[in-house]
Amino acid sequence: MTAVPPLTQNVDWLAVAPPLVTALAALAALLAAVLLGDGPRARRAPGAIAVLGLAAALALLIPLRRGDRTAFCVAGRPADCSYAADRFALAFQLLVLGGALVAALLSLHAVRGDGASEKRLPRGEFWFLLLGSTAGAALLPAARDLATLVVALETASLPAFALVGLRRDARGGEAALKFFLSSVAATAVTLLGVSFLYGASGTLFVRALPAALEHAPAQLRTLAGLGAVLALVGFAFKTAAAPFHMWVPDTYTGAPLPVAAYLSVVGKAAGLAGLAVLTVLALPGYAHLWGPALAVLAALTMTVGNAAAVRSFGRERFAPTAGPGDRGSAVRLLAWSSVAQAGYLLVPLAAAGHNGRLGRATGSLVAFALLYAVVNLGAFAVLAVVGRDRGGLRLDDHRGLFARRPVAALALAFFLLSLAGVPPGVVGLFGKLVVLRSAVDAGLGWLAVVVALNSVAGLYYYALWTVRLFAPAPAGERAASRVPVGLAAALAVTAVLGAVLSAAPELALRLTSGTLLR
Amino acid sequence: MSPTVLSVLLALLPAVPLAGSLAALSPRTTPRRLGPAATGLTLLLAIAVAAGYDYGRHGLQGQTDASWIPSLGVRFHLGVDGISLPLLVLTALLTFLCAVHAERRPPHGPGARPRTGLLLVLEAGMIGTFAAQDLILFFLAFEFVLIPMYLLIARWGDDGAPVAGRHPAKEALRAPPGPAQGAANRFLLYTLLGSVLMLVGFLLVGLHAGTFDMPALAARHGAGLGHGTQLAAALLIGIGLAVKAPMWPLHSWLPDAHTAAPTIGSVLLAGVLLKMGTYGLVRILVPEVPYGTRQLAPYLAAFGVVGILWGALVCLDMVRRRAADLKRIIAYSSIGHMGFVLLGIATLTPAGLNGALFANIGHGLITGLLFFLVGAVKERYGSADLAVLEDGSDAGAALYRRAPRLGGLLALGAIAGLGLPGLAGFWGELLALLGSFHADPALGHRTTYLVLMALGGLGTLLTAGYLLLMVRRVCMGPPAVPPVARHHPSEEALRAPNSPEPAAEPGIPDASRFELGVWAPLVALTAVAGLWPAVLLRLTDPAVTALLGPR
Repeated sequence: MTAVPPLTQNVDWLAVAPPLVTALAALAALLAAVLLGDGPRARRAPGAIAVLGLAAALALLIPLRRGDRTAFCVAGRPADCSYAADRFALAFQLLVLGGALVAALLSLHAVRGDGASEKRLPRGEFWFLLLGSTAGAALLPAARDLATLVVALETASLPAFALVGLRRDARGGEAALKFFLSSVAATAVTLLGVSFLYGASGTLFVRALPAALEHAPAQLRTLAGLGAVLALVGFAFKTAAAPFHMWVPDTYTGAPLPVAAYLSVVGKAAGLAGLAVLTVLALPGYAHLWGPALAVLAALTMTVGNAAAVRSFGRERFAPTAGPGDRGSAVRLLAWSSVAQAGYLLVPLAAAGHNGRLGRATGSLVAFALLYAVVNLGAFAVLAVVGRDRGGLRLDDHRGLFARRPVAALALAFFLLSLAGVPPGVVGLFGKLVVLRSAVDAGLGWLAVVVALNSVAGLYYYALWTVRLFAPAPAGERAASRVPVGLAAALAVTAVLGAVLSAAPELALRLTSGTLLR
Repeated sequence: MSPTVLSVLLALLPAVPLAGSLAALSPRTTPRRLGPAATGLTLLLAIAVAAGYDYGRHGLQGQTDASWIPSLGVRFHLGVDGISLPLLVLTALLTFLCAVHAERRPPHGPGARPRTGLLLVLEAGMIGTFAAQDLILFFLAFEFVLIPMYLLIARWGDDGAPVAGRHPAKEALRAPPGPAQGAANRFLLYTLLGSVLMLVGFLLVGLHAGTFDMPALAARHGAGLGHGTQLAAALLIGIGLAVKAPMWPLHSWLPDAHTAAPTIGSVLLAGVLLKMGTYGLVRILVPEVPYGTRQLAPYLAAFGVVGILWGALVCLDMVRRRAADLKRIIAYSSIGHMGFVLLGIATLTPAGLNGALFANIGHGLITGLLFFLVGAVKERYGSADLAVLEDGSDAGAALYRRAPRLGGLLALGAIAGLGLPGLAGFWGELLALLGSFHADPALGHRTTYLVLMALGGLGTLLTAGYLLLMVRRVCMGPPAVPPVARHHPSEEALRAPNSPEPAAEPGIPDASRFELGVWAPLVALTAVAGLWPAVLLRLTDPAVTALLGPR
């Protein structure tokens, strides 16, 4: 980047620091794993580098908090920038980096491998891939030209395929392959859409697109409209919106648990950020196209996700002994629930398309995404504890958790009820409130009712799962072992955040009132 | 008492049980003491609020109004007036009695610690519902009761363990595993379905009116809300509250939940949770979306009356066929009683609304008492099934002879339930019927309301019929059996499994002093409310007049 002659671009290194530091940490972790050998302390180094790197990247968001920095601008045209550290980007970077940090804490013990050796994940590769993907995901919300957007999407996605397959067993391989093939197809469609948009408008800069499309020749209008729809596909895929959700359950169950947690929060956040940038910033003139499309997509996604979750719950109920290799029907349930949550996440964007108050909708979107990330990561953290205890993650493995580990059980109950959006999971209730509010505000009454009905369906399986935690423990229970430090830290962070946000939701919800994207 | 002190007391009212529930998590507290202590303190606070309430002043008192979530326009606004004060005291009283009862007669289930914690969360939610003056805060409190009650039913409920004397055919008819779990699921899903729709309605009102503040919205009487918005909001909010009340076609969660719940669950479910629905109708629907309410009122009245008749006919049938649990009979009778409350509200007259609020309290006291009594019967017999109690004979269970105090109280509760003048059940029903005679002329439909009044009157007759028949089946019976006939084969099985004193006379232990102590406040208040209705009406009347607005 520095090699570029100074007359075209100036680089604000502080503005690009969060993704850059993450990428450097990825390299450092890889090098540390290669160079430091295999001593007991050296084994911990890559993990420590990763955690510290993510923490540093998070800390670097603080000096940027005013949200007025840009980078990679065309000289003389301050509006045409490829990178903007505005408040929208910062909020999403907070989400992405924070989510990745919790996922990293979750994986510390799995990578170092204090369990059986075949469970161990190769540490150099793991940290490199995780941080590399995170760097892409952190770049994406700040990307302000179509090419950077696609490159960031690819950077976030490609390492994720390898991460999913990293366990190198049959299920992991199948999951990675499914994920890879469908993702590549979706990204290709996005690329096609982006090229249409470029063809129609003659510019790649997101800020310049609306005006350029306005003045586009009439015969290119159709091309631009088609491009707009196609470009959204890749991001909808990343978000796990129906009908691009088929990869989710297999990928989540086949991937190592921390990777599933990472995908469900960071991957989804990246997709949403892309969707928001494209719709709100680049294509406001096409709101009549993407507004209704996203509304239908949202309704479809949440309904499909909840219906499948209810069905998969029923399946285990009637066949309590899962087949061989099915390690985690609990993860499968969370996977479907994450599809359903993707539907809720799309509602604010759909609302933006209807009432034209674009900035406000992105605020609701970010606020809900933040609340969702906290409780979802928390649920995954408890699942990691349960999985360590029991060796499997069927729903019945949660039976008697309260007797075995009361704190973990109460935390999981809180997280699950938050996902359902019912008190005492007050955080989730506020999330539901934000989503419903944006729908009602936009006059999307029908969508609000669909959300309402879906949250009832969601509660069905969350509540039945919660009840299991308090069921009497099955006989022959092993004594609970100590929880590794990383897991305990992840659990504590999410639980404390959840509790704080329950009492003072304003901390996250103030984003809903501000205009994040202008 | 200065207004500030009243505000502090009112703010402490939900805070104390909430803090108690957090304390129940700590392993260092003794849950056996914590439950009665926390609920007792709450009751004292509630009495203090009632004592400090300025009866000469109208409008909200003891307000706490603080900004909470400014970005959503949600305020932390509490307050009490003549409508909510009696309900607050009733809630605190019933919860305290339940906590005391549960410590001495713990329901079968996981230990005392989670039960105490859940009971306290439940109380905080119930009190919050009656004290909240912000729509979103109200919704939050309204939903807060769901999960604790769900877990109480699912984990402490009666899972239909085989009981001696139950008919095998009926055993087969039961839902396969865990009827308590099924009942709890139905309760949860029904109520949540209602309440999320209600939330959409609240948002509709709040976003169009620009505020979620309940007193502000009530003072506007719907000004600034279009007719379409009002109608949609009234429908959505109405459905949510009607599920809770429950109104007739939406009631089907109630009988199972009541039957499966442990005694304390049934008492609070009938005594308080149902009132949250009707309270919401009075507090929110009537003043805030008056146009929408007027459009829906005739339907509400009609469904209410159908509920009265339906409940009474189902009960009559169950008592006549002796094929039911006493708890189920009282649950269905609740549907009938809440029908009167709905009818009273739907008249949109001061008389009707006062009657509805009175019937709310009356039903809370009487049905709370009845569920305690039936719980006691169930403890003694191992079942509250009429067929079991009567031992397959036609002669009646003879509770008067076996346990005279218990039998007498059960008869008293039943008579209060049928609305005998002089007891708490009377005034509410009378005022509701009177209200429908003078139904708000703005509603039109005068003939409809007259017909509904007549049908409601018929309902009181049917109610009297089945309650008296129930008394006849349960309390009366053949005189003492001669010693020879006493060795009936199933007599042994009928006795409570671990009754403390196997009496020489084939019988059951009568109400203990402890039980009488728990029930006495309810009996006394039933009589007080019946003999001196002005106590309540003086409180509710000014508030109701304000709610209905300029006429």
